[in-house]
Amino acid sequence: MSWVTTFLNSSIGKKTIMAITGLLLCLYLVIHLAGNLTLFGGADFFNSYVLRLSAFKPLVRIIEAVLLLIFGGHIFNGLRLSIENRKATDKKYQSNRAQENSSFSSKTMTITGSVLLVFLITHLATVWYSFQIEHSGGEFFKIIIGPVVGLGNLSVAVLYGVAMVFLGFHLHHGFQSAFQTFGIRYNRYGRLIEIISILFWFIIPAGFLWIVVYFGFLGGVK
Amino acid sequence: MRVMLKVWRQNNSKSQGVFEMYPVKNISGDMSFFEMMDMLNDRLVLDGKTPIAFDHDCREGICGTCGLFINGRTHGSLRGITTCQLHMRSFKDGETIVVEPWRAKAFPVIKDLIVDRSSFDRIMEAGGYVSIKTGGTPDANAIPIPKINVDEAMDAASCIGCGACVATCKNSSAMLFVGAKVSQYALLPQGQPEARERVLNMVAVMDEEGFGSCTNTGACEVECPKEISLEHIARMNREFLKANIS
Repeated sequence: MSWVTTFLNSSIGKKTIMAITGLLLCLYLVIHLAGNLTLFGGADFFNSYVLRLSAFKPLVRIIEAVLLLIFGGHIFNGLRLSIENRKATDKKYQSNRAQENSSFSSKTMTITGSVLLVFLITHLATVWYSFQIEHSGGEFFKIIIGPVVGLGNLSVAVLYGVAMVFLGFHLHHGFQSAFQTFGIRYNRYGRLIEIISILFWFIIPAGFLWIVVYFGFLGGVK
Repeated sequence: MRVMLKVWRQNNSKSQGVFEMYPVKNISGDMSFFEMMDMLNDRLVLDGKTPIAFDHDCREGICGTCGLFINGRTHGSLRGITTCQLHMRSFKDGETIVVEPWRAKAFPVIKDLIVDRSSFDRIMEAGGYVSIKTGGTPDANAIPIPKINVDEAMDAASCIGCGACVATCKNSSAMLFVGAKVSQYALLPQGQPEARERVLNMVAVMDEEGFGSCTNTGACEVECPKEISLEHIARMNREFLKANIS
């Protein structure tokens, strides 16, 4: 085995993959939210933004392929770690007051991650897919706020909102944990990382959530 | 005071264990948890029953031999103490106390509350040492070392290897233990010549022994009787990444 496979199969190697892919996905969330915020510019503004993106179709496809790889790496390694960690544990304690020594978000990464995977698949199968087939019409705004897969549908809006809460929990632990994996969490950057982490576990999910509330329940931009 | 003990009993590593209830009376609050256990065991012997097996040695919190999972927490619920430093005054009169052995695949139960922690020894054999030339006693101050490094190395070296970090970890990960052992040498000049091999070998054996990975929940740091910081796991990660790319 070369040192690369040895590294990738080691406990810390797998954690490193989780950290790198996780942080890249965090970066993608910033870009995604920035794109979503164009909804506040009204239908024409949003439609022209989407159409402008369509002009760079080959580049968008390459980015999508890279994203797929990043997601794949994160999900594969996450499931692998979760299964291996379960194997490492023995019988459950009859009495275990784990709530006294660790946070809720840190202990539920597999659960929140799995819910987010279901959300991701649903999100791709609905919103992403409808953007692929109806792209000639240029009525993307209508799709987003419409009653079929959009926020005009109450159940879609509620499920989307729930997913954002899970995202918040996942990133509350995940973002700063990535820096611990790199070994830079606990030196002079610790406090800074904690502050930046608020952007990822609170501001970004809240931003997505605000779009849901504003367009799904408060009438949105006409 | 009196308490009801609910204790894990298991004949050997192969047998199925069960919880058994033992009422214990006439306890003084100044008794240590183990003195209370000794009292119970004396009674069990007089009654012709097998006493409860548990690990203990120095009974002053420095040897790392003892370790019980008491009422859902390692070494009981107080911070920075080993099981032998736990006193009965921490419990309520009439309380039911659940006593369990450390639970981890890498720490199989030998009997009752005693687990086999030789996996830790094998990790240490893989690199938890420095090779030195024997001879006359070297001058303690011959090599200048920054005070901050000395203090941090000492904090790491205060790990007594009790295994509470593994026992409390939801993944049964040994990273706080290995992190402390890697750190204590990584911080000192004497540890440098073997630094690369040390971290690679110790992490490899840790993985082979079947310990889980770190999710960074921080439970180990809270439960550690020597209050070893997560910072040492970060340092081990850093050393491991450095060793892999250099």
